[in-house]
Amino acid sequence: MKGNEAIAHAAIRYGVDGYFGYPITPQSEVLETLEELRPWETTGMVVLQSESEVAAINMVYGGASTGKAVMTSSSSPGVSLMQEGISYIAAGQLPTLIINVMRGGPGLGTIQPSQSDYFQAVKGGGHGDYRLIVLAPASVQDMADYVGLGFDLAFKYRTPAMLLSDGIVGQMMEKVVLPPFRPRRTDAEIAKQCPWAVTGKRGRKERNVSTTLELESRTMEENNRRLQAVYDEIERNEVRFEQYMTDDADYLFVAFGCMSRICKKSIEQARSRGIKVGLLRPITLWPFPTGAIADLSKRVKGILVAEMNAGQMVEDVRLAAEGRTPVAHFGRNGGIVPNPGEVVESLVSQFSIKE
Amino acid sequence: MTQEIIITGFGGQGVLSMGKILAYAGLLDGLEVSWMPSYGPEQRGGTANVTVILSDEPISSPVLDQYDIAVILNQQSLDKFESHVKPGGTLIYDPYGIHRLPERTDIKVVEVKATETTIASGNLKAYNMILLGALLKLYPMVSPDTVIKGLEKTLPQRHHHLIPMNRAAIEQGATLVD
Repeated sequence: MKGNEAIAHAAIRYGVDGYFGYPITPQSEVLETLEELRPWETTGMVVLQSESEVAAINMVYGGASTGKAVMTSSSSPGVSLMQEGISYIAAGQLPTLIINVMRGGPGLGTIQPSQSDYFQAVKGGGHGDYRLIVLAPASVQDMADYVGLGFDLAFKYRTPAMLLSDGIVGQMMEKVVLPPFRPRRTDAEIAKQCPWAVTGKRGRKERNVSTTLELESRTMEENNRRLQAVYDEIERNEVRFEQYMTDDADYLFVAFGCMSRICKKSIEQARSRGIKVGLLRPITLWPFPTGAIADLSKRVKGILVAEMNAGQMVEDVRLAAEGRTPVAHFGRNGGIVPNPGEVVESLVSQFSIKE
Repeated sequence: MTQEIIITGFGGQGVLSMGKILAYAGLLDGLEVSWMPSYGPEQRGGTANVTVILSDEPISSPVLDQYDIAVILNQQSLDKFESHVKPGGTLIYDPYGIHRLPERTDIKVVEVKATETTIASGNLKAYNMILLGALLKLYPMVSPDTVIKGLEKTLPQRHHHLIPMNRAAIEQGATLVD
């Protein structure tokens, strides 16, 4: 099935309570598949096509405040519209899953695949000091698996998680093993898991209130410190990455999502020409695998960061490498998908590799 | 075994469906498969293409620039993809509407008169299955029986009466090549 379809199936199977979204290519199959599967008749999951992305993210904000597992999905321009809501959800320490199946920008741009929302996702697209846990799927299987992983992490740390995908992974079809069905949580289970949930008094003396406004600066600084403490813990515990043929590598590709797949083919081509290159694929874009890249930077002759953008993740790789090895960038944008051969040629020319 | 295939032609010729049916049959045979379409405006007229990879090993890139087999169904696609067939690979083309023939000599070039055959058969919807029959005769990467099994599994019951027609089209396609 398609990556977008896998997300819909995985959401129902995880026991998600609600999906709110607005159609946009190349992710409309998420909403379409949910409408087709009619989970409101089986698990009771709400599926709602909102009037806009702004409405969708605020429905998510409301749903998440009650401790329910709610999500939305969109593509680049739609995710830009959601940024205010995402900042509020992060400030409110509310678990939720936001999916961005990226297309080329800026502006309304193109409907073809891109990875140019890296900065927006990992550096805080909305205002204020906040972070999202950002997972980057590279296959249809990842699309299915990371829905559950994203929600698990979001609830564990009470923070929104984002699945940063792209038009290739969303539209391609591959084999997939779907996660097992689990029932939606009962109200009692939610109350136990989420004592902060806004559900009325329920025997408590005080009502739970979810607000992000705090006019007293000292208290607001405390709120910020509390958020930062959570982010520190996430950075310590949740870094995920994949290494491929790095053991004997003279050169290293760093690439995420679909680009990491293309780089694996590039590695095959380069190695057949005698160029030993490996791949580090960040699975979490935040927290970023800084340590792993730092280690590899001590023993490779150069790092090529391949991205479908004008150079975004390359900044984080340079910070990790700290000048120990040269870091170059290869990118295509505007919806152009590079082919594996182009990446090899870029490696050879940028590092003047003699064959 | 890895077969890296591109099928490319006009939107509406059944390019994406043909790729999907092939990929699904590969899946039923226990192969690793990937199906990467061009999506968007091309699907609705203009050129459309799909990259299908069948392999007994995990598949790396779903996007390629060199193909073992290119199935080419219009002039624009021939102009664009002839140079992307691997040396020693195969270019299958439908001569209908082609005014500049393939020129490479380091690949196998196979002409399949699928449009002509389809028109003669009177069943215009059989076009892509005739091509698939020819492709599978040349490269039996999956069996026609598996393709039919795949159709039985994926087509809604109300379309099952079309399966014998599809089987006949595959068989007819196989007779168009040696």
